Amino acid sequence: MSNVAAGRSAIARKVTEEAPATRIALILLAVVFLAIFILAPLGVVFAEAFSRGAAEFAAAFAEPDAQAAIRLTLIVAAIAVPANLIFGLAASWSIAKFSFPGKSVLITLIDLPFSVSPVVSGLVYVLLFGSQGLLGPWLVAHNIQIIFAVPGIVLATIFVTFPFVARELIPLMQEQGSVEEEAALTLGASGWDTFLHVTLPNVKWALLYGVLLCNARAMGEFGAVSVVSGHIRGLTNTIPLQVEILYNEYNMVAAFALASLLAGLALVTLGLKTFLEWRHADALAGRRRH
Amino acid sequence: MSSTSIITSKAWRFRAPSVLPGFGLTFGYTLVYLGLIVLFPLAALVLKASGLGLSGLYNIAIEPRVAASLRTTFFISFAAAAIDIVFGLVVAWVLTRYEFPGRRFLDAIVDLPFALPTAVAGISLAALYAPNGWFGEPLASLDVKIAFTRAGILVALIFVGLPFVVRTVQPVITELDIELEEAAGTLGASRAQTVWRVLLPPLTPAVLTGFALAFARSVGEYGSVIFIAGNIAYVSEIAPLLIITKLEQYDYAGATGIATIMLAVSFAVLLAINVIQAFARKRFGHV
Repeated sequence: MSNVAAGRSAIARKVTEEAPATRIALILLAVVFLAIFILAPLGVVFAEAFSRGAAEFAAAFAEPDAQAAIRLTLIVAAIAVPANLIFGLAASWSIAKFSFPGKSVLITLIDLPFSVSPVVSGLVYVLLFGSQGLLGPWLVAHNIQIIFAVPGIVLATIFVTFPFVARELIPLMQEQGSVEEEAALTLGASGWDTFLHVTLPNVKWALLYGVLLCNARAMGEFGAVSVVSGHIRGLTNTIPLQVEILYNEYNMVAAFALASLLAGLALVTLGLKTFLEWRHADALAGRRRH
Repeated sequence: MSSTSIITSKAWRFRAPSVLPGFGLTFGYTLVYLGLIVLFPLAALVLKASGLGLSGLYNIAIEPRVAASLRTTFFISFAAAAIDIVFGLVVAWVLTRYEFPGRRFLDAIVDLPFALPTAVAGISLAALYAPNGWFGEPLASLDVKIAFTRAGILVALIFVGLPFVVRTVQPVITELDIELEEAAGTLGASRAQTVWRVLLPPLTPAVLTGFALAFARSVGEYGSVIFIAGNIAYVSEIAPLLIITKLEQYDYAGATGIATIMLAVSFAVLLAINVIQAFARKRFGHV
């Protein structure tokens, strides 16, 4: 490699590039790897869902249990996403616009749910609200059921999607500082007007980004919800749990039909996310992750 | 900023003075919500675990079935993360440095494991590698069995961890100073030498961070694994599944014990990531 002849033959290519053969080999390796590990699992969902034609596919959605699962999933997301949206706005306003000690500890605590296994996320609520849990006796005495009921599913979903909105907003709002808000306040705007007309427009794309990811996870969460749900058909099954039941009953077409709904949601989420990153890259936080 | 207009009092304040309103409300809400949703429930776990004591935790950990599941989980997660850093590095390099048709599409699709619900990934991987699946059938004719074995767990965890490595390494590759490569080339280094001695060292912290993130995620992973794993006790049973089994048997202490061990490992990994990044900032000026 280092002899003169080899050096001269490679003169046409820049020193900062690999040889064409290496280049092609690396591209092929990456493409084949992604095809096997990412594209094939995605493709098989739709292939299995339509393996017996569109009629069977559609029939899967006519099942009352499937419809109940879809309804419950929508209800859970409709509670969990706004709850974490409001939290994300409050957290990012207090953390990014003010300076106080212990900020980085607070940010770490907000990110905590991401490093907890979904199953453990469900478990902590069972230990808290379950019949043998910390608050169990009190809940039983007052006839309130949280575990194996919808409230538990909502709580577990809020837990696993907790950081999504806040972690998009905090770095962006820290980057933007508070000069514009100070100007608005000096010019006589009220605090609420300042937030509505100055802060919110500045973070709207990052907010949408966070909400998208939060929603995708809320509708697709499996492990945490599985622990607290109790798997009561038509009552406490979300779409992913219904998919599991159908799959275990070897009802492949129905399982994959419902799964394709979630896969479609994932694709739409990815598409919008890619669009936001491409079109509004400057309106999202400078560095994604960490 | 506006600090000149504010008379700074000598008394200690929790937060620096500011003209912006709403700190008390938003900060209070943040603390209360964080406390109720995250900290209080996690405290319930810690409380339950402290009731077991260290010896109780140890006894749960050495229970043969628990020990086997922890070994399976940690060992295969480690292997999957190791495979992910090799291929993740290649994928990140190819997607950032080369131009080829379909690059943008592949770049977007790398995030699929983040977006695809784990249960969906689980059943689709199981269908792919089942004896009559797209990959399972040709592999079966070669006498290779993946679904319902430990190899199945490995495949699922490779899927789950890949984007962590790619997305951690990619920004660092983008920021690499091309002048360093030019200098190395001009000074007579072969491309292989440049890659090994000039490019890889600044990428190493990012690769290690990606490894740690992929590993941490794999250890806790449940949905995408259980369908393809076969879930045979002592062989292909992962720790998160055993937590659920213990819960179903009302063995709350056992479930808590396993969860505490897993939680301790995730925090150790989180700490390791912070140490790696602090080192990288000092050494290379970026993460």
